[in-house]
Amino acid sequence: MVEQARLRRFNEIAVPHLDAAYNLARWLTRNEHDAEDVVQEAYLRAFKFFDGYRGGDARAWILKIVRHTCFTWLARNRPAEVVARDDEEHEERTVAAQGAAPNDPETLLLQRLDSELLNRLIDKLSTPYREILVLREIEDLSYREIAEVLALPIGTVMSRLARAREKLQRAARGSVTPRLVK
Amino acid sequence: MTCKDTPDLVQAYADGELSGDQADALEAHLRDCADCTRLVEAQRGWQRTVRAGMTRFAAPDRLRARLAVALTEADEAIEAPPRQRAGWRPLAMAASLAFAVVASSGLTAYFTLPNEQDRMLDNVVSGHVRSLMANHLTDVPSSDQHTVKPWFHGRIDLAPPVDDLAPQGYKLVGGRLDYLDRQPAAALVYQRREHPINLFVVAAPTPAAGESKAGDGKSGDITSLSERGYNVLHWSAGGMAFWAVSDLDLGELKEFARLYQARSVAPPS
Repeated sequence: MVEQARLRRFNEIAVPHLDAAYNLARWLTRNEHDAEDVVQEAYLRAFKFFDGYRGGDARAWILKIVRHTCFTWLARNRPAEVVARDDEEHEERTVAAQGAAPNDPETLLLQRLDSELLNRLIDKLSTPYREILVLREIEDLSYREIAEVLALPIGTVMSRLARAREKLQRAARGSVTPRLVK
Repeated sequence: MTCKDTPDLVQAYADGELSGDQADALEAHLRDCADCTRLVEAQRGWQRTVRAGMTRFAAPDRLRARLAVALTEADEAIEAPPRQRAGWRPLAMAASLAFAVVASSGLTAYFTLPNEQDRMLDNVVSGHVRSLMANHLTDVPSSDQHTVKPWFHGRIDLAPPVDDLAPQGYKLVGGRLDYLDRQPAAALVYQRREHPINLFVVAAPTPAAGESKAGDGKSGDITSLSERGYNVLHWSAGGMAFWAVSDLDLGELKEFARLYQARSVAPPS
């Protein structure tokens, strides 16, 4: 049975990455129901074009499709969110890749930064920063894999990642510091 | 390597992405430089905090189930155009829609449609395939009938007999809650060698108007069917309808059905 073989192969290759796919969609849409719709659409699309999949990193392949589907979905349903991207890109190009240079009260900051607050702060970051943090810090993708998912050169991946971390740190400092000064 | 090189490398180093040479050079510098070491430690500490704190959202089972249905349908649509299936395709779509509705809201609907057995057969096979590919064979993985049976209590309004048939070569693997044709079903999972068997149990359908035969009450005759390469056996007993499905050959599946029936001659409920 041809059909079963194809579906079975797809299930072996794509379904193990369903959690990663859903997680990315959930962070990008910020909503569980929308994330489910997006993932289902993405998987159906992936299945449709499965013959074009020539092996290689299956997770990167599926995440790329999920991401693409997310943006199409966001553009259709929440156009306001997608617009802000150009400014960020511009800003990013002017800031050279520099590792965050954290100073000493950092340790204190980290102790105050609980998981709930952290998630809230990341949720507020703009999409390019949010997604690169999800790919790196949650999914543990290498720079190369991230470059593939985002279709960017590795240099840009590094600078955007540095920028995302810096933005997050700044936001964390902003929201935690007032509490430090009692 | 000097201190002014460090900031550019810290991130990649902490991410484990520096080349061997670069990492060696940086480490050599770090051994002599407390300031740069602090920088690296701070970066690492920060990344650890973020990694530990960020939520990873797991795909809900609801999504797995509906995706499995959607993929099966997409597959059929791609590989098997019209055939004589034209008649039931809208039904299948309606059924999967209803599945999503039922699964998400707990709403149950029962419609009497023609070809009830065909529809059920299709549902049973899809349910079997879905359970295998969504990697969700059991909700309660256990070979202990005394674990599996009470698990269904409160989850479904049925108390199907659960017997381990391992001595006879049909090992009980666990149980699962499923939906078949818009109604909740208890799925008992057995295994014969490498072949899983899903035994779906649903409340026996109330006889439709004009149809006098009630399936329940009698220790049912076994009807054997097949669909998409799977063998399916169907019988009714004790107000419940049983559907056994597997890729086992018909002889063995029949043996399983007879063993199961024999063990549940005196249903405890």
